[in-house]
Amino acid sequence: MSVTEATKIETAGGVNDPLFDSSAESYEDKVVIRLIQFSVIWAVVAMTAGVYLSAELLWPTIDFGQFWLSFGRLRPLHTNGIIFGFGVSALMATGFYSVQRTSHVRLYSPRLAWFCCYAWQLIVLLGGLSLLAGWNSTKEYAELEWPFDIAIAIVWVLFGVVFFGTIATRKIRPIYISNWFYGALIIVIAMLHIVNNLAIPVTLGKSYSLYAGAQDAVVQWWYGHNAVGFLLTGGFLGMMYYFLPKHSGRPIWSYRLSVVAFWAFTYSYIWAGPHHLHYSAIPEWVQSLAVVMSVILLAPSWATMINGIMTVSTAWEKLKTDPALKFIVLSLAFYGLATFEGPMMSFPSVNVVSHFTDWTIGHVHSGALGWNAMITYGTFYFMVPRLVGVPLYSVRLANLHFWLALAGTMLYIVSMWGAGVSQGLLWLSVDEIGELSFSFKDIMASMQPFYALRLIAGLIFLIGTCFMAFNLFKTLAGKHAVVVKAPPVDPAYAIAKEVTA
Amino acid sequence: MSALSLHKRIEENTGLLIFGILFVSSIGGLVQILPVLNQESLQEPTANTKPYTAVELTGRDIYIREGCSVCHSQQIRPLIAEVERYGPYSRAGEFVYDRPFLWGSKRTGPDLHRIGGKFSDDWHRVHLIDPRAVVPESIMPGYPWLASRDASQTGDIVAKMQALSTLGHPYTQEQIDAAESDLEGLLEIDALIVYLQMLGTGLDEEIIR
Repeated sequence: MSVTEATKIETAGGVNDPLFDSSAESYEDKVVIRLIQFSVIWAVVAMTAGVYLSAELLWPTIDFGQFWLSFGRLRPLHTNGIIFGFGVSALMATGFYSVQRTSHVRLYSPRLAWFCCYAWQLIVLLGGLSLLAGWNSTKEYAELEWPFDIAIAIVWVLFGVVFFGTIATRKIRPIYISNWFYGALIIVIAMLHIVNNLAIPVTLGKSYSLYAGAQDAVVQWWYGHNAVGFLLTGGFLGMMYYFLPKHSGRPIWSYRLSVVAFWAFTYSYIWAGPHHLHYSAIPEWVQSLAVVMSVILLAPSWATMINGIMTVSTAWEKLKTDPALKFIVLSLAFYGLATFEGPMMSFPSVNVVSHFTDWTIGHVHSGALGWNAMITYGTFYFMVPRLVGVPLYSVRLANLHFWLALAGTMLYIVSMWGAGVSQGLLWLSVDEIGELSFSFKDIMASMQPFYALRLIAGLIFLIGTCFMAFNLFKTLAGKHAVVVKAPPVDPAYAIAKEVTA
Repeated sequence: MSALSLHKRIEENTGLLIFGILFVSSIGGLVQILPVLNQESLQEPTANTKPYTAVELTGRDIYIREGCSVCHSQQIRPLIAEVERYGPYSRAGEFVYDRPFLWGSKRTGPDLHRIGGKFSDDWHRVHLIDPRAVVPESIMPGYPWLASRDASQTGDIVAKMQALSTLGHPYTQEQIDAAESDLEGLLEIDALIVYLQMLGTGLDEEIIR
């Protein structure tokens, strides 16, 4: 397939194409709307938890002696709520939306898709409550205990059945690039999730890891780093590859680059995990290898970012009027920032300062707020009006949301850079005779202004998200999903039917 | 077959695509992670590292339940400032009975790997219930409920020790039989303090000095 052919297929036909074949089957879009609604709800819930947590670092007594409001229990609820509630619901929604439109076929087993939708929400809801109850394996982003791990594995495989089933029954010969990223998300996360969570159950809410100590650490960060890699990066790149060309009306700048970057990304991400364990009691060669691969990872990351930016490079004027596209383009800038910062932080000489500090928290949020949340907001603003066939309730409110999201993210990153760099340097500081210059508690106490700024940043971002929730709610209120049928397939790209005698 | 035409086939075949992703993404794990899992030196305990007693294990599981590892690391890096602040740097052999590992990734509070023996039991008791009573600047939450729950409520200690035996922790039958009576009369806060006081005591005494 030539460089532009695939994108021609992609940008021809589609959502509002009047030329659809009336006998063609219609897309299953109701489940997409429901998943978007759940995703927005989890965003508001989990970000509210995040804001509350940041307030607890300023006023430690606002847990009021309640175990379920305690920082150590609420924090995993915040991270899991964002990743698995907000993030995965959004990935399922956009994955189901785009796989149908790039395959020109209805979802394989809509019933199974609905089951995945509700089963997943149940896992997030009960899983969140179990974290507050103290069922916590402590492995970051894999805190849920074994009953949930099993449920997640089952629903995830069914998600894969719906997704790959749709691709297998597609009407278009080539598999469009966005589907590769969603596919990698499904396959690699399944592998990581199962291996990392292997454990011997003791009671319903307690298990012991199959791995111990240093080995457990290596397995966990192989998982932890790639949960970021294949879920928060790969999955959302799938979103980018469908919605950016669709929305800007421009084909992918270089389809070939997207293919090369895909394989480089899938190959190299998986090695970088041990950079979370620099100077720890794991073998040194593992740490060194992780640094090398982290730096190599910069290439496919930036290739993808540049490919995205170049795709919109002839459509800048649309940014003036279209808040959804603004969100998507800005998210690419933050993607570029975070994927540059990451390899830099993997250098031992930088990591020695940044590790264990708030810099890490800032880095995560430049990705989670700047990249994941922004691109999701952009795609939601794009999809929701099209799904119900009406314009967005308020474009002005969406524009206001854009500026709040940008301001909140910037303030968040800057405050955490300030906190992290000062923490890291002050902890390491020794005087001329080798005595420590500062006590831990003095350094900790000096963090308060940064924590206050971070609380304000989080609040600004949360308010913007609430504006979006309201805007989408008003757009959807009382409306039904528009019936969209698969457009005709260009014979040049149609699957050749085997003639049987 | 040229690389391009091979890729054209992958691009048009669901099964090949799935296989390709699985193959390419598993290389890193096989080359980098699998050897670590087979490295026996990472499973050799240091001189004084022993399986957790019933009380220590209960304390550790409370530490896990309350999410202490969210703000406290247990991993001292081999740097002058860290060794001065916390004590001898952490060795792999000290963690061989840690399921899961609790190294943490963030120090909102200080590292706790060598906390054992640094403060009295009474200090810990006051500090856990109301941190600001002993450290005015502290932003740590209080854990008053630990002082009103029996240590035996934390979980089925016999089942826990049996599960760990299955995984190779060398418990004797006497230790397992005595586990429930070991916890008798103890509150959760007592078990947690016992755990904190043994943290970081697994090294040879020569090194600690």
